[in-house]
Amino acid sequence: MSILGTRVVRTEDPLFLTRGATYTDDLVDDRLTGALHATFVRSQVAHGRLLSVDASAAREAPGVVAVFTAEDCTDLAPIPAGLPMVPPAMIRPWLATDAVRFVGDIVAVVLTEERYQGEDAAELVSVDVDPLPAVVTTADSARDEVLLFPEAGTNVMAAFGEPAPEDFFVGCEVVVTQRMVNQRVAPVPLETRAAAAAWGEDGRVTIWCTNQGAQQAKGEIAGWLGLDPARVHLVTPDVGGGFGAKIGADPEYAFVAWLAQQAGRPVRWTESRSENLVGMLHGRGQDQVVTIGGRRDGTIEAYSLVVDQDCGAYPRVGIILPTLTMLMAAATYAFPKVHAQARALATNTTSIGAYRGAGRPEATAAVERSIDLFAAEIGMDPAEVRRKNLVPAFSEPHTTPSGATYDSGEYVAALDKALEAAGYAELRAEQTRRRERGDVRQLGIGLSTYVEITGADTGLGAAESAELEVHPDGTATVLTGTSPHGQGHATAWAMLASDQLGIPVEKITVLHGDTDRIPRGGGTMGSRSLQQGGAAVHQAATELIEVAKQRAAEQLEADPADLQVDLTSAGLSVRGTPGAGITFAQLAEKEPLVVQTRFEAAAPTFPFGAHVAVVEVDVESGKAELQRLVAVDDAGVIVNPLLAEGQRHGGFAQGVAQALLEEVLYDADGNPQTSTLADYPFVSATELPSFELVDMATPTPINPLGAKGIGEAGTIGSTPAVHNAVIDAVAHLGVRHVDMPTTPMRVWRAIQQAQQEGTH
Amino acid sequence: MKVSMTVNGQQRTDEVEPRLLLAHYLREVCGLKATNIGCDTTSCGACTVVVDGLTVKSCTVLAAQADGAQVTTLEGLAGPDGELHPVQRAFREEHGLQCGFCTPGMVMAAIGVLADNPDPSDREVREGLEGNLCRCTGYHNIVRAVRTAAQAGPTAGQVPQAQEVQA
Repeated sequence: MSILGTRVVRTEDPLFLTRGATYTDDLVDDRLTGALHATFVRSQVAHGRLLSVDASAAREAPGVVAVFTAEDCTDLAPIPAGLPMVPPAMIRPWLATDAVRFVGDIVAVVLTEERYQGEDAAELVSVDVDPLPAVVTTADSARDEVLLFPEAGTNVMAAFGEPAPEDFFVGCEVVVTQRMVNQRVAPVPLETRAAAAAWGEDGRVTIWCTNQGAQQAKGEIAGWLGLDPARVHLVTPDVGGGFGAKIGADPEYAFVAWLAQQAGRPVRWTESRSENLVGMLHGRGQDQVVTIGGRRDGTIEAYSLVVDQDCGAYPRVGIILPTLTMLMAAATYAFPKVHAQARALATNTTSIGAYRGAGRPEATAAVERSIDLFAAEIGMDPAEVRRKNLVPAFSEPHTTPSGATYDSGEYVAALDKALEAAGYAELRAEQTRRRERGDVRQLGIGLSTYVEITGADTGLGAAESAELEVHPDGTATVLTGTSPHGQGHATAWAMLASDQLGIPVEKITVLHGDTDRIPRGGGTMGSRSLQQGGAAVHQAATELIEVAKQRAAEQLEADPADLQVDLTSAGLSVRGTPGAGITFAQLAEKEPLVVQTRFEAAAPTFPFGAHVAVVEVDVESGKAELQRLVAVDDAGVIVNPLLAEGQRHGGFAQGVAQALLEEVLYDADGNPQTSTLADYPFVSATELPSFELVDMATPTPINPLGAKGIGEAGTIGSTPAVHNAVIDAVAHLGVRHVDMPTTPMRVWRAIQQAQQEGTH
Repeated sequence: MKVSMTVNGQQRTDEVEPRLLLAHYLREVCGLKATNIGCDTTSCGACTVVVDGLTVKSCTVLAAQADGAQVTTLEGLAGPDGELHPVQRAFREEHGLQCGFCTPGMVMAAIGVLADNPDPSDREVREGLEGNLCRCTGYHNIVRAVRTAAQAGPTAGQVPQAQEVQA
């Protein structure tokens, strides 16, 4: 029986559970002996003219080796946006020069012998800022009254699409429109950002940093510093979570390498959580207007989504998130007409980047709320409205009006499975009973269906490299261009090689994240790893068997066509000749048995599913509690259910957190209100139930594994299901919509407002 | 100033700054890097260790305050022959960890939960671990792991005694 599809426990875990993983801050390396500590001095003002930075007192503080301000870094060229649509005037200087643009903007950096000394000295750097009005919301930004980059003449970083034609909804019996917020959230990987750098006598720099893809991070750092990439060796140690916020490099990482060069000594940097919550990229941050129109029988005829994307102060990946939202606007539905349009806007806040789902959760949230709004307007069960409008099952590619081509899908079946597992009819009956009794704790049932895009070509190609070598001692090594940070690739890639070669999983070592050993790689993001990196390992094993057959044919004097893999011996046997054979290990004795390969994905894949959330809302306090989350997540063929379920669980938690709790807040002056974990309501164990998972697996034809991505699906499906459930719980009180996060205050106010409106 | 304590069964004395946090003492002075620091507000629990039988967040304790104490970190849990503690074993079996950053603190906190309540319900596990944050697992498999560990009996709620570790 194949090992694929079985619950293999992780090979990573024994070390993680006894000695702990080795994250960047844990590194003990001779090259880092005597390293200085970097401490960044950050603006405490959201927007203003930078009048002066006085580091004289800091330079005299104990342990201080150097302090750098903008005037000490003039040989560094500003950081290019890396995105062609961004006005050149919006590039970021390494250190703030004439202006500060968000609380967290870097104004100076201190190098000290010891870590604590850096915090002391940083406080002595005197920063004089003449405050300007802060642009905090997308609405403020779009008015262009206060400009972040006056030379650009606008706060619009990019614009996509055209307005809907005036007659777009003409002929619809019912048209519903709603403004809604897909709020800014913080990714908060438990490991904050960290980097270390050491220059060798050969003129090369070794950079260790926490990231989601060493090769991309290396390319960015080399580019920003104007270094020949051959002089940069980037190593990714163990990584304590990323969730999109560690894609590529951050300027701080490159700065650490530059500082090490300036100081002539290795430099380390590990940020605090309060630094992380203003310095690391945030996610989401869309203001949306949805309009949905159709017939009273539940048929939807037209749907429009208009997005204002908050990008924060400096251009990062956030700018292109709305293009993914627009691409997925049609979602799981057979709407005849779909319109989408977006602007990407600068604000005096932390820059926005990718966060688990990255543009697709925003699309799903918009359309799933729209369906519920439409259902409420026509008085039809939201499950029925969905069923009526879902794309029927398809196995040939389906192209949507938004321009996406889905590979395979069975959306109605996913919804029906979720409803059945949840006991939908009984839930509605219980809801009716509670409503009739006027219970304080009302029941809400929320649905979502979703389809998302995984393994998309983000500009670096939809391909991945793998090297596979079998050693004479019977062990094997896999080199991969993916970049695991919790996903369990060491286990899953070993399973893929073991499945074909018969070498036990525990004898297969999987290596990643060293650009000298693995020069090409796409990293781990966009739920791409298994379908591209895993497929590359699978392909490498197939190719290695062919090499082995040629080699064995000579040694055994047999026809290669008569050779077959013998999994029991981890080698090849001669068909029809019992006892004749040779192991892969033996074939590696005289010359290395190794293959390098690259898997090119023909297209992205489109996982889908349906979620049902059950919440209880206390109508007197407004507090919503998630009771159940029933999830169908179809990601094609599953290699290791244990790992796939773990990905789903984590995704659900982050999705639920956005619906119920988490939000990055700024005051009107751009001061962050959630810059510690005491303020940012990171979801805890008490706020979540155990989840109810329903299996469904529709293979994709796009790769030989039949696998789609599973890393982000849980987040995408869960947010709107829970959001819809909270509103459903109080819908009978006249509440039509509540923005996320559905905090007790928001829900309570919505109830009060609805009841006041109802009595007038 | 001088501090003396027993860390994972080993008695040691070190000269430290009075303001040195126990978490940094364990990491930088003792070289025990499993204990992680995930926040600066005593919120995340990644730095949880056991001090004299109680779970504490070592980012909120000065090394000086642990003077004379018995301290156990993740590195001190497995037996001398490498045998995993019941909580470590259960975390692996139930896939209770992904990126691993919260794990050392989560394992120590779970031991504390089981010390107080040897057979907790799901709800009790969740309440017991409220001060330990995890971004990867959604807590689902962590809760399962703690309940699985509970089946191993009273040892699941105990840290090894000093002499066992020394052996």
